Amino acid sequence: MNKVLMSGNNIIAEAAIRAGCRFYAGYPITPQNELIEYMAEHMRSVEGGVFIQSESELAAIHMLIGASIAGARVMTSSSSPGISLKQEGISSMAACEIPGIIVNIMRGGPGLGNIRPSQGDYFQATRGGGHGDYRTIVYGPATCQELADLTMKAFDLSDKYRNPVMILADGMMGQMMEPVIFKKPKPRQYSEKFMLRGCGAGKSKFIRGLILDPIDMEEHNWKLARKYQVITKNETLHEEYKTEDADLVIVAYGTAARVAKGAIKRLRENKVRVGLFRPITLWPFPELKLRALSKKVKKFLVFELSTGQMLEDVRLALQGFADIEFHGRPGGVVPTPAELANVIARYYERED
Amino acid sequence: MAKKVFSRPESLKEAFFHYCPGCGHSISHRLICEVIDEMGIRGITIGVPPAGCAVLAYFYFDVDMIEAQHGRGPATATGIKRVLPDRVVFSYQGDGDLAAIGLAESFHAANRGENITVIFINNAVYGMTGGQMAPTTMLDQKTTTSPAGRNKTLDGYPVKVCETFSQLKGTTYIERVTVNSPANVNKTKKAIKKAFQCQMDGLGFSLVEILSPCPTNWKLSPVAACKWIDDVMSKEFPLGVFKDNIEAAKKPAEAAL
Repeated sequence: MNKVLMSGNNIIAEAAIRAGCRFYAGYPITPQNELIEYMAEHMRSVEGGVFIQSESELAAIHMLIGASIAGARVMTSSSSPGISLKQEGISSMAACEIPGIIVNIMRGGPGLGNIRPSQGDYFQATRGGGHGDYRTIVYGPATCQELADLTMKAFDLSDKYRNPVMILADGMMGQMMEPVIFKKPKPRQYSEKFMLRGCGAGKSKFIRGLILDPIDMEEHNWKLARKYQVITKNETLHEEYKTEDADLVIVAYGTAARVAKGAIKRLRENKVRVGLFRPITLWPFPELKLRALSKKVKKFLVFELSTGQMLEDVRLALQGFADIEFHGRPGGVVPTPAELANVIARYYERED
Repeated sequence: MAKKVFSRPESLKEAFFHYCPGCGHSISHRLICEVIDEMGIRGITIGVPPAGCAVLAYFYFDVDMIEAQHGRGPATATGIKRVLPDRVVFSYQGDGDLAAIGLAESFHAANRGENITVIFINNAVYGMTGGQMAPTTMLDQKTTTSPAGRNKTLDGYPVKVCETFSQLKGTTYIERVTVNSPANVNKTKKAIKKAFQCQMDGLGFSLVEILSPCPTNWKLSPVAACKWIDDVMSKEFPLGVFKDNIEAAKKPAEAAL
C-alpha cells in the first residue's frame, strides 16, 4: 500500500469512497470546502455514486436519510453553523436508527464566528446535538492517518449499531497535509431488512420516529439507551502518550492533542514528567480508562480550543480523585506548544 | 353472480382513517392507492408522508414508507430515488409542509427535475395543529393565528405553488385539481395517474396539487366546505394543467432509439 500526501478534507472524502460511500450530499462552507469539492470530482465517476450539492445543510441530511434507507452508505460534511442546521435530521436518524456519517470540520463560534480552527462544538456533538434523548458516536481524530482509518471505521460502526456517527475535526485538521496510507476496508455487513426498497410481493414496511403512545415511546427511548450502553462498553478508544512515569497528565483531543504532544516533548527535555491522555472517541468518552489513570496520577490538565467543554467529562470521569486544571483558547486561536508548555510547567511545579 | 364494482384497493390497508368527516385526505389516499393498483406498482413504490394530518399515512398505504420531518419530504425522496432510480417514489405534503417550512426542499427538488411525484394537499390551513394560518390561507380568511382574517399587509398573500413551480425548467407535469365532487374526484385520479406515469417513463418532476376540504378547521359542514372550494378557494387557486411537457420530454428519448 502506497503512502500518499493529502490534505485532511481530501483524505476523509477518499477514505469514504474507498469504504463504499455511494451517496454524498453537502453544501459549501469554510473550512470544509475541499471535502465537498473532492466528492464532486470523484463520486460521480464511481459506479453507483451519487453527488448532490444540496440547497442547504438541512436538505443534505434529509437526502442522506432517504439514500441510507434505500441501501447506500452515505456521508455529509459541513462546519459548525451548518452542523447546527443538520441537527433535525441527525435526531431523526438516531430515532429511526438510520446509519450515516456526518463530518464536522469545526470553526470558531458561536454564531457565524470565524473560519479558524476551534473545538467549541464538543457539547453539541457528544450530547446528541439535536432534540430528544439520543447520542451519536463521535470520533476526534488527531492525525491524517486517523482521519482515513476512523472514517472507514465510522461506516462499519454506523452500520453495526444503526446510529449516526460524527467525525469531529477542526479547520486545522481539515487543511493540513500529512502522508497517509489507505487501508483495505472491510466488506459491508448490513441486512437488507433494515432497508426500504419497495416491498415486492411481500409485506410493506414503514420507518418512523413518531410514536404517539408515551409508553411505547418510553420503551423506544430505553431501547436506544441500552444500545448506547453497549456502544459505551465496546467502542471507546483512546491513546496514552508517555503516561507510564507521568506526574501530570494532559487531557486533550484532536488539534489540541497535537499541540500538547509538542509541549510534552519540550518539557520532557527538561525532565518534567508529563504525559497525554487523548480520547479518540469523544462519545463514548473513555471514562474508565481515565479514572484508572487517576490511581497513579494526581494532577490532570485539560487543554481545549474552547472555554472548557470536555472538561466536564473529565470531571465526571475522575470523580474528585485527582486535581484538575484547565487551559483553553477558544474563538479560533491555536496556541503554540511553547505557550502550553509554560502553562503546564507552572501547574507542575505548584505545591498544593 | 353479481359483478363486484367497488372494493377496497389492495394498496389500502384495512384500517379506519383517523381523518375528520369530510376531509380530503382520505379520498386522496384512496385515489393514490387505486392508481398504484391499476399500474401494478405496489411492490416498487416508496412513499414519503409528511408531518401534519397525513403523518400516519403509513397506517393506510400498503407500500413501503418513511416519515419525513416537516417539509423535508422531497429531500428524502430525492435520496431514495437517486439510489433506486427504478422505484416509484412519491412524497405527500400539505401546504405548510410544501409552501412554508419545506419550500426550499420542494423548490429545489423540482428545479433539479428529480424524477419523483409530489402530491400536494392544499387545504388553506394547518390542520393537525388546530387550524392556524397556512401559506395558502386566503386573504381575509379567519384562522386561529389570523383571527381578524389574513391581512395582506401584515401576513402576505396566498402562495401559488403550481404557478411558481411551472416556471421552473426542471418540472415536467403540474396540475391543480380538487376532490369536492364526484367529477372532480375522477379528474384528480387521472392527474395522479398521469403524474405517476410521467415518473415511470423517466420524464422528470411531477406535482399534483389537490384543493382539499377541511370542514373542521374551516368551521363548515362537509357539504359547505366542498361548496367553499368552488366559490372561494378555486377563484384564488384556479384548477387546471399548469405545465405538461410530457410529450416534449418523450421526444429526446424516442430520438435516441
